[in-house]
Parts: sequence; C-alpha cells; structure tokens
Amino acid sequence: MIENLDLTVVWAFVIAFAVFAYIVMDGFDLGIGILFPTLAPGPERDTAMNSVAPVWDGNETWLVLGGGGLFAAFPLAYAIIMPALYAPIIAMLLGLIFRGVAFEFRWRDPAHRAFWDVAFTGGSVVATLAQGIALGALLQGIKVDGRAYGGGWWDWLSPFSILVGVGLLFGYGLLGSTWLVMRTEGPLQDRARSLSLWLAGATLLAIGSVSAATPFLEGKYWERWFAMPNVLLTAQVPLLVAIAGFLFFLALKKGADRAPFLIALGLFLLCFVGLGISIFPDVVPGRVTIWEAASPRSSQVFILVGASVLIPLILAYTAYSYWVFRGKVDSSGYH
Amino acid sequence: MLSTFDALLLARIQFGFTVAFHIIFPAFSIGLASYLAVLEGLWLATGRQVFLDLFKYWIKIFAIAFAMGVVSGLVMSYQFGTNWSVFSDKTGPVLGPLMAYEVLSAFFLEAGFLGVMLFGMNKVGPRLHFLATLAVAFGTFFSAFWILSVNSWMHTPQGHGVNEAGQFVPLDWWAIVFNPSFPYRLVHMVLAAYLTTALVVGAVGAWHLLKDRLSTLSQSSEGARTMFSMAMWMAAIVAPIQILAGDMHGINTLEHQPAKVMAMEGHFESHPEGAPLILFGLPNQEAGRVDYALQIPKLSSLVLKHSLNAPLKGLDTVPRENWPPVPVVFWSFRIMVGMGMLMLLLGALSLLARARGKLYEWPALHGFALAMGPAGFVAVLAGWITTEVGRQPFTVYGLLRTADSASPLSAPAVGASLMAFVVIYFAVFSMGVIYILRLMAKPPKPGEHGVETGVPIRTAGITPAPAHDPDRTLQPAE
Repeated sequence: MIENLDLTVVWAFVIAFAVFAYIVMDGFDLGIGILFPTLAPGPERDTAMNSVAPVWDGNETWLVLGGGGLFAAFPLAYAIIMPALYAPIIAMLLGLIFRGVAFEFRWRDPAHRAFWDVAFTGGSVVATLAQGIALGALLQGIKVDGRAYGGGWWDWLSPFSILVGVGLLFGYGLLGSTWLVMRTEGPLQDRARSLSLWLAGATLLAIGSVSAATPFLEGKYWERWFAMPNVLLTAQVPLLVAIAGFLFFLALKKGADRAPFLIALGLFLLCFVGLGISIFPDVVPGRVTIWEAASPRSSQVFILVGASVLIPLILAYTAYSYWVFRGKVDSSGYH
Repeated sequence: MLSTFDALLLARIQFGFTVAFHIIFPAFSIGLASYLAVLEGLWLATGRQVFLDLFKYWIKIFAIAFAMGVVSGLVMSYQFGTNWSVFSDKTGPVLGPLMAYEVLSAFFLEAGFLGVMLFGMNKVGPRLHFLATLAVAFGTFFSAFWILSVNSWMHTPQGHGVNEAGQFVPLDWWAIVFNPSFPYRLVHMVLAAYLTTALVVGAVGAWHLLKDRLSTLSQSSEGARTMFSMAMWMAAIVAPIQILAGDMHGINTLEHQPAKVMAMEGHFESHPEGAPLILFGLPNQEAGRVDYALQIPKLSSLVLKHSLNAPLKGLDTVPRENWPPVPVVFWSFRIMVGMGMLMLLLGALSLLARARGKLYEWPALHGFALAMGPAGFVAVLAGWITTEVGRQPFTVYGLLRTADSASPLSAPAVGASLMAFVVIYFAVFSMGVIYILRLMAKPPKPGEHGVETGVPIRTAGITPAPAHDPDRTLQPAE
C-alpha cells in the first residue's frame, strides 16, 4: 500500500497538522500573555496563569515538531526559510524564553512578580508578532539562490508582514480571551467576554485585510483563488468565515461558555485552509515545491513509521492531561 | 572574504554559547527526573514520609530547571536552520528523522506528563502520579538517546550515501543510529548526568548537615541525611564506572578520530616506541610542540594501547588544515579528568566515613561535598568542549567542513543575534539559578509542600465551596 502513496504529500499534511496543532494549543496561551495587562494583578492574573500552567510546555512542543519535521521531511525548505526569516525567528525564540520562564519565576519571586508579568506579556507579544511577520514574509516571497537563501537580512520587513503580525496578535488574543470565557467564572469571565467582543471584530478585520492583500502579492495566489473552476471551491472559504463570525457574536451574546472558543478555533482553521489553498504545493511559495525540497523516500518512510504510532499516542495523552485539568480554575490552584 | 570569516566565527560562538548554556539544564534534569522517580517509588514502597518530603523538595527545583531546559532547547532546534543552513540541507535526510524521533518519543512524553507530575498529585492519586513521573524520567532518557545518536553520527558517520545534490542520504538506518561512537557516548553522557545530579543533591544535603551542626538542633534533619547518603552512594558507585566508560570512549575515539586524541594528549609528534603521558604543558599550535611539558614516559601508550611500547602517531601525520585547536582540547580534557578524579575521591571518602559510622558527623567531608556541588557541570562542559572542538575543523567528521556548513548570513546579523542571546541568557538564566539556589538554601521539612500549595485545584463540582463546608459553620467566628 505504502508503495503507491506519495509520501511527500503525506508529509506536507503531517507538518501542516503539527503547525495547526501548535496554533490551536499555543495560540490561546500566548493570547493569555497578550491579554495579561488588561487583567487585574492578583487573583485575576493568577487564575489566568493557572488555566494554562499545566499544559503550556506540551503546547510549545508542537512548534518543535513543526521545525524538526520540516528539517526531516523538507530539509531544503528548512535550509532556505530559516536564514530568510533570521531576525523574526530569533526574536520569536527569545520571546518564548521570557514567557516560558515567567510561568515558574513569577511564583518563585513575589517581590518581582510585576517584572515577570511584564516579561510574560512582552515575550508573548514578541513571539506572536514574530510568527505573524514570518508568515507574511514567507507569503510575500523569498529570494532563492541555488540551494540557499539569496536575499538580505531585512527582506522580511514590509507593510504586509507587519499586517499579518498585528493580525495574529488580535487572533491569538481572541483565542486567549475565549479560552478564559470557557475556563473561568465571575468578574474575570465577564471581562474576558467583553474583550472577546472587540478582539473578534479586530480579528475578522485583519482576516479580511490579509485576504484582500494576498492575491496582489507576486506569485500565483490570484490564479489559485480566482481561476475557474477553483473559484467555486475557494469562494466557500470567505463565505464560511462570514458565517463563523456571525455565529461567534451570537454565541457570545447568548452567554455560551465553550462555543466562542470553539468557533474562534474554527476561524483559525478556515484561515489555515485558505493558506493551504494559497501555497500548496509549494513549500517556499513561488520558489520551491514540496517535491523539490523533499527528503529521499527512505527518510520519509523511516520517520513515518514512528510518527504513525507516536502521534496518535501523543494526542491521546495530551487529551488525558487536558482532561485531568478540566473545568473551571481559580487563583489558589497550583503553586 | 574577511566578512564571511567573521560571520562564520560569530555563528560558531553563538552555537557554542547557546548549546553550552542548554546542556547544563538537561544534564541536571536527566539525573533529577530519575532521582524523583526513585524517591516517589521508595515512598510508595515503604510509606516513609521522608521520601515524599524529599520528592516535594526536589520537584520545585526540577520545575525551574526543566522550564529553562525547554526554552533553551527550543533555540537549538531552530538554530540548525537559522545559522547552519548548508549543514541542514546536506544532513537533513539523515539527521532530521533522528531529531524528529526525539521530538515525538521524548519531548512530547516529558511535556505531556510534566503537568500531571507537577500539579496533579491530588487529582490523579499517587499511583497514576508515579506513572507520570516515570514517563517524564523515560522521556529525558529517550531524548538523550536520540540527540546523542545525532551527535555521534557527526563524529563517526556511516550508513549513508551522497546524492547528486550533495546531500547525505540514508542507506542503512541501523548503521546510522548505532554508529560506532554512539554506545560509548550515550553511556558516558547518561552517567555524567547522574553524577552531576548526585553531586548537586549531595552538596545540598551537605550544606544542611553543616547548618544543622551549627544550630541548636540535637540531631541533623532526616531529610538532609537521607539525601546526602543517597548522593554519596551514587558518587561512590558511579564515579569509578564513569572513569572506566570514559576510558573506553577514549579508545573508541582513537580508532575513529585519532586527531582528536592527539590533541587531547598533546601529541604533536609521533612516538614509534611508546608515547609519554603529558600531564601539563603549554601546547603551541604554531610551533607544533608542547612547551614546558611535564610528562611520564610511555604511560600514554599504556593507557590507550594497554602496552608500554606501543607506537602512537602524532599530529605530524595529519595535514595541518585538519588539525583541531590543540590548546582548547588539551586543557578542557584535563579539566574533565581532574573533576572525575575528585569525584572518585569524594566517593571513596564517603565509603570510608560510612564504614566508620561517621557519614553524618564529618564536617570536612560535608565541606568537600559542598565544594563539589558544581563539579559535574564543569566536567560536562569540559567534556563537551573536548569532543566538539576536537571534531573541528569538520561538522561531519572528515566529510563536511565547518567553513562549508554555515548560513549565507552577514556578520552584523549574526553579531546582533549573538549579543541578544548573551545578554538575555545571562539575565534570565542567572535569575533562574538564583531561584534554584534560594530553594536549595531552605531545608527539606517534614510535610514539605510540592509545587502545588496543597490546596486541591478547585474544579466545578468537586471541591465544595467554603460556605457549604459543615465544619466551618460550627466554628466560632474569628
């Protein structure tokens, strides 16, 4: 059976899955970092922190899988993209350092808790902006010279990449606020609800602007979205985004606890599908296809054997961990 | 030309700096995860409170060290691409899958069960909690397995071919994973992690034994005694095994990377009739000799070849452009061996003290153990410097030169990121070390708190709200 499969395509989907799993899981805990300044010091912040403390580490591991998977399955793409996005990647890593240690340090050092709260927010904002900018820079095109990156080290900076970065800030903020709606009660939940309202507006606006700008970037985006008969299929994506947006406001108004978070995730899924439509089958948009960048078949098979056993196992025990820490949290929980 | 050289040097400094910082945390957490599993297992088996107290004492320290290991490790997983893109392109088909296995089998296991291990005792009960602790401990071991396989392949590559794009491609996975230096390196590193942790635990125990002696307590605390005793058993047993493992690793290196051993030994010249062991001296790379050498005739041949008159080749048989930087390798090797000898001494003294029934009443031993607290980290760093600098000037030994491995980045870009890493690492990780030292300064107490405060996480419907607590309503208002 495996002989007839195009493993390169399989691997493209595995990595897309890892990246989306990362967005789903780390998005809301980065979002909580982004929203931290809007929460009152003391029980509100402690509760918000407690709601993600047991799971953030696992969430971030999907980012390692995304990077490691790219290295394993598409080494050429890894070798071209990483130097091209040098500054945003380094900034993201440094941001993640600050916010990662803040989880532990703010409890260990009450005298400097305010400082580590700022570090938590700063790290989350920098990491999110950097991820958005990296995506924008990838979409707008990377100069390739032979088997290497051929541009300068400021190429990533453009109005478009900044737009995607800011958009992602709103998006992760929305995931964070709706997560808090789901996991908390009382005044904190009320505050998260009102934050969700305008964050959803801002996110939809950002989705709209990025989607409107993308087809005008260089590359084949216009073709992939608007040529017949593709357009019959691709037109469904913005339509579904509009429906999801409508349902979101409805759910928020009705006071639902879980629906806003799930619908926000749905919005991200639609954006992700849209991203797939824009770039597939390229891995470096407009320059390198997945087949050009792929590892030899023996590498693909070797790791796929393990992945097909281990990824379901990982999903199972990740679900278990979330289940253990399910329900509403308060400030006295851990630590 | 000058600018590419500068960017290469900066990239090497950046990788060396970030990996040196990173290795400190896993070296500690590999050993500590196993120690925690042992403590919890002993608690479950014997029911003795002191084991639970020690478990809760060390898990707080583990939480901080682990967080720092995770975030500094994340940097490593991207730095191959950002700074060593040519290396990544060429070795990706071989090394990428091994690293992906590390992520899938180790990182997720550790991260997935860490939450339960740190916060879940009251939620899942002791037995499931013990399984979570074991999962984390196994995760740290799997991680060491895969990353050391990757590293070893860079030293002793085999099982691969080269395709038309110049990439290394896998031919035989078994040969790649179990390449010749891997078993030795794995054993040597895992033992190093255990020793490092034992020395830290021993130093903390010794510190509290010394403090208890100065205080008004009639007897030192049970927690301090237990951790000190456990740590000294580890030092006494593992230190000699480690020296043996190190010797075998060295002989393996002589077979596969002779130039590295020549640098470690300071052998610029060949010795057809038995090579001397140079104890100390100043290696002079330019002149190709060791100045002021203090040496014991023929001992090097005895150590490496197990025969006094066995011939040993020197760096004069290796083209100069393939020489590693001899002084660095020469000195770091001596620092590592020196630390190993001190560990052996500590273990032997502890056995002596134990035999005389004075393990807890010999302040000089406690002072020595306290001073040896950081020795494991020093030895680990010195050992890694020996093996990695000894691999130069190659990234994949003999096949891919370091100068041909780096990303096409300009010096200012790498310089800026290096500055950022240095400033932030020192700021953030020194704070983390301070927090760890503060926790260590507190004695382990009976009824020790874990990471959680002892208050169960209030999930809806499980814990009654205080107002509904019947006991509370019976008590007079305070």
